Order: sequence, then C-alpha cells, then structure tokens
Amino acid sequence: MLTFLEFEKPIAELESKIEELRHLTDNGDINIAEEVGKLQAKVDRLLRQTYAKLLPAQKVQVARHPNRPHFTDYVGALIEDFSPLAGDRAYAEDRAIIGGIGRFRGYSVLVVGQEKGHDTETRILHNFGAAKPEGYRKVQRLMQLAERFQLPVICLVDTAGAYPGVGAEQRGQAEAIARCIETCLRIKVPLVAAIIGEGGSGGAIAIAAADRVLMLEHSIYSVISPEGCASILWRDRTQASEAAIALRLTAQDLKELGVADQIVSEPIGGAHRDHAASIAVVGDALETALSELRGQDGTTLRLRRREKFIEMGMHTLS
Amino acid sequence: MNWLSNYVRPKIRALVAPREVPENLWHKCPSCDQMIFHRDLEENLHVCQHCGFHMRLDPLKRLAMLFDDGKYETIELPKAPIDPLKFRDQKRYVDRLKEAQAKSGNADAIMVAFGRMNGMEVVIAAFDFRFMGGSMGVAVGEGMLAAAKLAVLQDAPLVVVPASGGARMQEGILSLMQMPRTVIAVEQVKEAGLPYIVVLTDPTTGGVTASFAMLGDIQIAEKGAQIGFAGARVIEDTIRETLPEGFQRSEYLLEHGMVDMVVHRKDLRPALVRLLGLLRYRTPAAEVVSLPNPDHEIPKLGFETAAGPTPTSTAGDPHSSRPEP
Repeated sequence: MLTFLEFEKPIAELESKIEELRHLTDNGDINIAEEVGKLQAKVDRLLRQTYAKLLPAQKVQVARHPNRPHFTDYVGALIEDFSPLAGDRAYAEDRAIIGGIGRFRGYSVLVVGQEKGHDTETRILHNFGAAKPEGYRKVQRLMQLAERFQLPVICLVDTAGAYPGVGAEQRGQAEAIARCIETCLRIKVPLVAAIIGEGGSGGAIAIAAADRVLMLEHSIYSVISPEGCASILWRDRTQASEAAIALRLTAQDLKELGVADQIVSEPIGGAHRDHAASIAVVGDALETALSELRGQDGTTLRLRRREKFIEMGMHTLS
Repeated sequence: MNWLSNYVRPKIRALVAPREVPENLWHKCPSCDQMIFHRDLEENLHVCQHCGFHMRLDPLKRLAMLFDDGKYETIELPKAPIDPLKFRDQKRYVDRLKEAQAKSGNADAIMVAFGRMNGMEVVIAAFDFRFMGGSMGVAVGEGMLAAAKLAVLQDAPLVVVPASGGARMQEGILSLMQMPRTVIAVEQVKEAGLPYIVVLTDPTTGGVTASFAMLGDIQIAEKGAQIGFAGARVIEDTIRETLPEGFQRSEYLLEHGMVDMVVHRKDLRPALVRLLGLLRYRTPAAEVVSLPNPDHEIPKLGFETAAGPTPTSTAGDPHSSRPEP
C-alpha cells in the first residue's frame, strides 16, 4: 500500500476513484475504460503539477516517504554479487549502515550507506538508519579495504542523523564521524555519494565528503532537521516549514550552493511511485560519475577532492 | 497598615540586605555561588578558588594565558561571505552577526594567533563562545584553514582551543561543509609533520566535535568541560531516561578512552609546553653541544605540582634556546 502525504490528498482521491471504476469494468462497459483513462490523465497532470512546485517542507516529507526506495532496494537492483561485510572489529556490527563489496556495471566496487528499513521489524533492525560509532568505524575499515584493492566507493546517504544515545556518546560518536570524514578525504580511489532520501547532518557528511555528490530531485540535505532548527531558533517545533525554507535544504538549493554536483531526476510523483525507474536513473548517474573519475590517479583524485571542499561556502549565491 | 510595617521594617531590611556590589569587582561562581574578588579570579585563570569550577574564557584571555609573557600576534583572517543564505528566523542573521561582533569585539567566533610557548613557535586558534555560541560557519572554517596554513608556513605546531555549540545553523548546509573543510586543515598540518593538539574546553559539541576537534594527535580536556556530539536534551528525548551523573564531562570522556588527559587550567600551559617539546625535540640535546651535560634536566611539569602559567619555572630549559633539529 502506498502511503499518501497530506498534500497528495486530491491525487489519492482520484486514484481511489480509478480503483473503484476498475472493479466495475468486469461488466464490459466501454465508458468505464474511457473514464479511467481520463482520470488517469488527470492524476498524471496533477502529480506533475504538484511535484514540480513542492515547497521545501513538502520535499522533506517526500524525502522521508516510507515507500521511498532505500539502500537495500538500490543494492538489490544495481549490484551483482553483493557481499555485505560486517563489524568494526572493535565493538559491534551496526546494521544502520550497510557496507559491502559487489559488482556495479561490470566493475568491483564498495557500496556503503544507511538503511532505514521498510516495516516495523526492519526499521528496528536497522535502527531507522541512525548509525552509532561502530557503524562509522565499519565504514572507515571498509574504505581502507577499498583503497587497498583500488575499488571505487559508492555511498548512498539516507539518514535523519547519527544516533543520539548514551552508548553512542560513550563510544565516541563525534570521533567516529570525524575519522570517517577524514577517511573519505584521504582515500585514493574514486568516491561518489548519492543523497537518496534524507541527508541528516553529521551522520550524512560522514560518508559524503566525496568527489561527486549527487542528489535525488526530491531529496534533502541539511545541517539540522527543520524541526530541530525551529525548536531552537523559533522556540516552536511547529515552525518547521519556515525553518525548511530558511535552511535551503532542497536538492535545487544545494546545487545552487555548490554542495551538490548534480541533481538526478525522479519519476513523476517521486521515487516512491516507481522504484525501478528511479533506481535505474540513479544507476546511470553513478556510472557516469564513476567513469569520469576512473582514469584519474589516486593522488590527483584526493587533491581535487580536497580542493573542492576547501572552496565550500566561499561562493555566495548569485 | 501601621508604622511598624510601613516604616520600621523597610528600614531594617535596607540595613540587613546585602549591599549592591559593583559588578566588575566581585564575581559569583556559577557552580558554587560563592563570591570571588576579581583580582583573585584573574590570578586563578578564571577558576573558582572555592570549588575549582572552570569558567569560560574569552579568546584574548586564553591566548594571553598560553603564550610566553602573554605576548602574541593575531593574524587577520581572510574575509568570508557574510550571510550566504540570507537567513532569517525571528531575527535576521546579519543582525545577529552585528550584535555578536559588538558584544565580543571579534569579527567571528575564532581568533588565530602566533607566538611562543617556552620559546617554541606555536600557532593557536581559540574560539569565542560569546560569539553565537562559538558556532562554526564559513568564517570559522576559513580561520581554521588560515591557522593551518600559518602553522605550515612557520613550521610551527597548531594548538586549537574549541568552545563551540557546533555548526552554525544560520549558514545551513554550508556550515555542515565546514566539517570536511576543517578536517582538511588538520590534515595539512599533520602532513607537514607538525603536532596538532586540541584543548577541549567547555562546551565543545556537535559538528565541531565531529570534525577537527576530535582529530588531535593529542587530546587534552580542561576539567569539567562538556564535550559530546549530541546535546543532552536531544539524547534524553531519544532514550527517555535521565542521563548518568557527569555524562559528557571531561572526566567521563577520559574514563571512556576518548581523551588523553584531563587538566586543571593552571596546568594547561605546562602540559602543552612539555608535550610540544617532546614531539618537536626528539633527540638528546647532547647532540647539539659538544659535551653531554649531566645537569641536563627535562622540565618536570607534573599535574600535582602547582606550576603557574608564567614561564619562569622553565626559564632554564635548555630546549628553549635550542636550534631547530
């Protein structure tokens, strides 16, 4: 069952009407098929219109949509022979971040990313995609492995943020993230990150200090959640939609700010409406980015990656 | 009412009530509420003499306390874009910036200075918590890069003293990008073979902790400082429990293996001098002079000894006048 968002209500109503009509087609009435066609066209038009001008707060909802394709969906469709590799060799295996080697369009790669889960059971298993220090330490370990075997790295970012808990603090959440950023900036292999849903603060940048940063059309990437920002600066969580505007967290904003290198278009009505199409487009974009980086030698790659991040924020908006 | 309550009682009250004390003469310790005379406070480096509470220091006091004879040169930081997002909440960010600049006298939340510690050239970057909670935006990132550049150019170690709530929300994603940016700054210092030492002070949290502030070759924490990634309230809301005693304090981090040492403020300068000396002058001084000196003495600056912040106790250090190896 597709979950409908508040602003999709008119679309949901039309779609349920279509559903009702479809049940009647058994009668063989020709007018009904025609009616369904008309309604479907209307739905498509409405979806196109709605999704073409989503407000930042609506983008936040789409980016967090429970039916949106997640890490496992991408890996399942894009990576052959995926071999997940577990554990940080120090404390635990953190299922909020999955990492492993596999084959992407012919080439061996390392893929890492947060998995949010798709139902109650998997959400709890993956801790809603909120990783702990052991998760970020596993990433460091795997990135070093990738460097040793000259495997390009693909990071799929989808997290509300790193997990805020007592144990996570005790085991050095901050240090784990800092070292993860350091590792991203150090490795002499191509590194491409795609923000596939939510890019939540430190938990996201930990695996996104990359040569190329792609963002899905309706994904978001922010220093703080709009709710968190609203509660601090407006002292009122309900001002989250205002905060979402002020923070400039949409893919389009980030492209303009020079943080995202490329926006990957989503199917009409968002990635959650067509997993296969969405994943295929992301796959193509990743392939293009990796093929551009493949020929470059490691030292140059690392140098350029650093130069790119040294420039971050030095341009103002035009 | 009668004469007693209207006239006598106020009179008595006025006599008994504590007199208004000039604000600049007496300070109240935020921890134990005891009054501290301003001269004692200065002498004790803003540590309460009654309970040992370490008060927050502005960067001017911090730099004066760390460098030899309190002398140093600050460097002018490169200009960074102001208000890149045209951010406004209930107030405009540009107005908040102006207020913070007026209040602190600084352009942003970081100061970078060059000077000597026990004769050794050192670059120190100190944060100003009064400036929007020491938050890290593009200008602070710029400051860290400038500090790293200066350290490399001068072949001097870099000491960073953060005091920051984390990334500066008003600069949105660009503040988050200062995390990799400052990590690169640190990397440049390390690649030059120079020591990078972090002195965590109260408070150091969020994106600052999760970037340059946790990457020191040596991590020192001032006593009782709050150091962590997530804010205490956020954690409480997540786990729905009260937090353990001393959670996210320096001593707690030491206990959990997250810092190398916790020092009292008065021992900070001696500790830095000793550590930098060990990392910088790695071979016996005897190699430089023709005869080994039997009286050669490496300054012992144990935490138990009350070595003051003045360099007098190490004036006879043979390393201070030693040429670069």
